[in-house]
Amino acid sequence: MATLNDYLLVSGLLFAIGLAGVVLRRNIIIVFMCLELMLSAANLTLVAFSRFHVSPNGLPDYNGQMLVFFVITVAAAEVAVGLAIIVALYRARQTIHTDELTSLKG
Amino acid sequence: MPSYLFWLFSTVMLIGGVSVIAFRNPVSSALSVVTCFVGLAGLFIGLSAFFVGVIQILVYTGAVMVLFLFIIMLLDLKDEEKAAKPLLPIAAGIALVAAFMVQLIGILSRTPNVIAPTLDKEALSAAASGFPATSKIATTLTQGKLPDVHLIGHTLFTDYNLPLQILGVLLLVATVGVVVLSKRQAD
Repeated sequence: MATLNDYLLVSGLLFAIGLAGVVLRRNIIIVFMCLELMLSAANLTLVAFSRFHVSPNGLPDYNGQMLVFFVITVAAAEVAVGLAIIVALYRARQTIHTDELTSLKG
Repeated sequence: MPSYLFWLFSTVMLIGGVSVIAFRNPVSSALSVVTCFVGLAGLFIGLSAFFVGVIQILVYTGAVMVLFLFIIMLLDLKDEEKAAKPLLPIAAGIALVAAFMVQLIGILSRTPNVIAPTLDKEALSAAASGFPATSKIATTLTQGKLPDVHLIGHTLFTDYNLPLQILGVLLLVATVGVVVLSKRQAD
């Protein structure tokens, strides 16, 4: 049987991979995918806590899974808006590499 | 969930995650995210969260990643072929991730380890008394099965009804926002 710490470790590793992708990659679409990985790592933590915490009636604690449901829905909306922004950015600048987007640089 | 299935799905998920960063081609990265999310959905189902596992497959791998692939196709991207990368950001990124990992392991080594409470027939039948005797949830629980979708629906439409309505408005706003953003500006 996998214990709670196993789930937390795997979820932390997934979050670290997503964080590394956001910092290391220069393609803004891949940065965006890595953001999704980090959100999913948080979802795994929430579902694991929901399963390992028994609510008073003996069933898994469904409040955690409600939060996962809302996170997934908001993430879907966020992806739609974010990709629209990326398309608009590409139309304006003809690039999606973060190194070449320097207009906010001091 | 048996231990070997847990490690199998975790390995699939983590390999998928690493290859998102490793691949040069954005299409390969998007397919790696799909692999990662399939492993993650396996972990969700192993945690008896059947609804969340199915939603993970349908929404993330079905809708979101296809959206990513469409955008990659629309932008007609070339592979990144720049060889010379500045060394400082890479070192800073790796140091950041390593610091995070050290912190994580430090916390996990002090956390008391918990075994999952069993969801066998006795435990589920005992939980059935909290619901009306003729309801679908109660009858399924007395049969020794976990009515995951019914329980989620019950919680969603009783305790979380207002957030659900607000979520509907959020999705509407996002849809309108995307249409406005992607419309070509008139000169």
